[in-house]
Amino acid sequence: MEYMILLYSDESFEMPAPDTAEFGEFMGEWMAYNQKLIDGGHWVAGASLQPTATATTVTKAFGAVPSITDGPYVETKEQLGGYYLISAEDLDEAIALAKEVPIPVGSFEVRPIAFRPDAA
Amino acid sequence: MPTTSDVEAALTRLAREESGRVLALLARRFRDLDLADEAVQDALTTAARTWPVDGIPTNPPAWLFTVARNRAIDRLRRDASARRRTLAAAPDLINADESTTSDSSGGLDMIDERDGQTIAEDQLRLMLLCCHPALDRDAQVALTLRLVGGLTTTEIAAGLLVQEPTLAQRIVRAKRKIRDAGIPLTIPVDLAERVDVVLGVLYLIFNEGYLPRSTDTVVRIDLVDEAIRLTQALADLLDDEPEVLGLLALEHFHRARSGTRTDHAGDLILLEDQDRTRWDGPEIDEANGVLLRAIRQMRPGPYQLQAVIARHHAIARTAADTDWPAIVAAYGQLSAMTDSPVVRLNHAVAIAMADGPHAGLAALELVDGLENYHLVHAVRGELLARAGRPDDATEAFTAAIARTTNEAERRHLTRRRAATRPA
Repeated sequence: MEYMILLYSDESFEMPAPDTAEFGEFMGEWMAYNQKLIDGGHWVAGASLQPTATATTVTKAFGAVPSITDGPYVETKEQLGGYYLISAEDLDEAIALAKEVPIPVGSFEVRPIAFRPDAA
Repeated sequence: MPTTSDVEAALTRLAREESGRVLALLARRFRDLDLADEAVQDALTTAARTWPVDGIPTNPPAWLFTVARNRAIDRLRRDASARRRTLAAAPDLINADESTTSDSSGGLDMIDERDGQTIAEDQLRLMLLCCHPALDRDAQVALTLRLVGGLTTTEIAAGLLVQEPTLAQRIVRAKRKIRDAGIPLTIPVDLAERVDVVLGVLYLIFNEGYLPRSTDTVVRIDLVDEAIRLTQALADLLDDEPEVLGLLALEHFHRARSGTRTDHAGDLILLEDQDRTRWDGPEIDEANGVLLRAIRQMRPGPYQLQAVIARHHAIARTAADTDWPAIVAAYGQLSAMTDSPVVRLNHAVAIAMADGPHAGLAALELVDGLENYHLVHAVRGELLARAGRPDDATEAFTAAIARTTNEAERRHLTRRRAATRPA
């Protein structure tokens, strides 16, 4: 099965500055995690998003011109910051992989994919 | 021809004691929980119709297995969209024709031999699935009673005091999530963690049954008995895992006292006022034996400690004989293990019993996060009354009464408040 892991975390959390040892460690963890997904045959897709300050929401309603508003769809304490699309045997495996995402504090929503037109 | 009550008794026994095993087995065979569940329900319905006429089969579990399996196969055959699953079940389709008679006495035993340990493992898998952490607590309880316990939706709804359509909806949603989110029927690597969830669900079921409340429903179902039966089954499946035995002992200790917890009007009787001669001696012995088997393994845990506490109450001849210092010590350990405010509340009560109301009130100060829990206020009321502060006690009882939803408890608290008021 395929699962989407939506990564929510507090985006105001300071990232380590480039050229520091912390930054190298930070990137190293992500590289290792991505490599693990690839090696295990779990990797389908993944991306990190620009902060919610860059978000624009398009809202459509019956009989109305779509409205455009500045900001994310919902304001939450933790924000959607990225996602993985993975292939896993079952929910238990997907949950185990989600637990290993190298974000120390956050919530990761695991949702099964219903249909993906470009799936093999 | 068997009498109606014979058939009813045999059917109830079959549903409660065997249907979970058969369902677990079929769910793995066909890799489809829904199909297995429907097939078992179909077979039970057929039994209710045919047994009064044809008689009770010599081996009801084997009968159930055979009929349910054939039902599942029939449905797969009819259901053209299930072709892939049909292929997976091909060996069963071939074997099915050998035993299409409704009474095959050797059915389940044959399976037992062929599959060795797997029936037990299937049952454990089913229990773990019903209590999967990806399902919410209400769904876990409903699914466990329905699929493992073999209770009907009507019985579960009555036991949990919820509307039957609500409960049916809860089960449908949970089964849909299991299917669509790919929750597996497997023995997980983090087994201990997952068994903890099962224990939590079983204890919740027990407590639902243990709560004193008016039963004006037609269907009577004893969730206390069901919880004990399921806990025993889990202990058997997990080879006497100490925490499972701890919960089992705890449940037995509680049930041994259940007949003396309320009076004829359904009002609560405090532990210290209960008629100890009416406690169930053999059941206390049973509980002691189970607890001993757990403790011998030297792997303590929260359920074993709660059972130890329940034991101190159960073996005290009179309320005055209660070994409160030992109970205080057990609560101290339990508090360190669980860090639960409810445990700290009980710890405070034990301290009050061992060292007096002032010590108890001081311990009660450390309990936080339970401002809306009626028992905190009830305990404070009792301790203030004993400490000779009737006005403060009255106020605390009033706060407790405002927060309880249970009619028997409300009557009890109102009586306590009236008794506290200075003459």
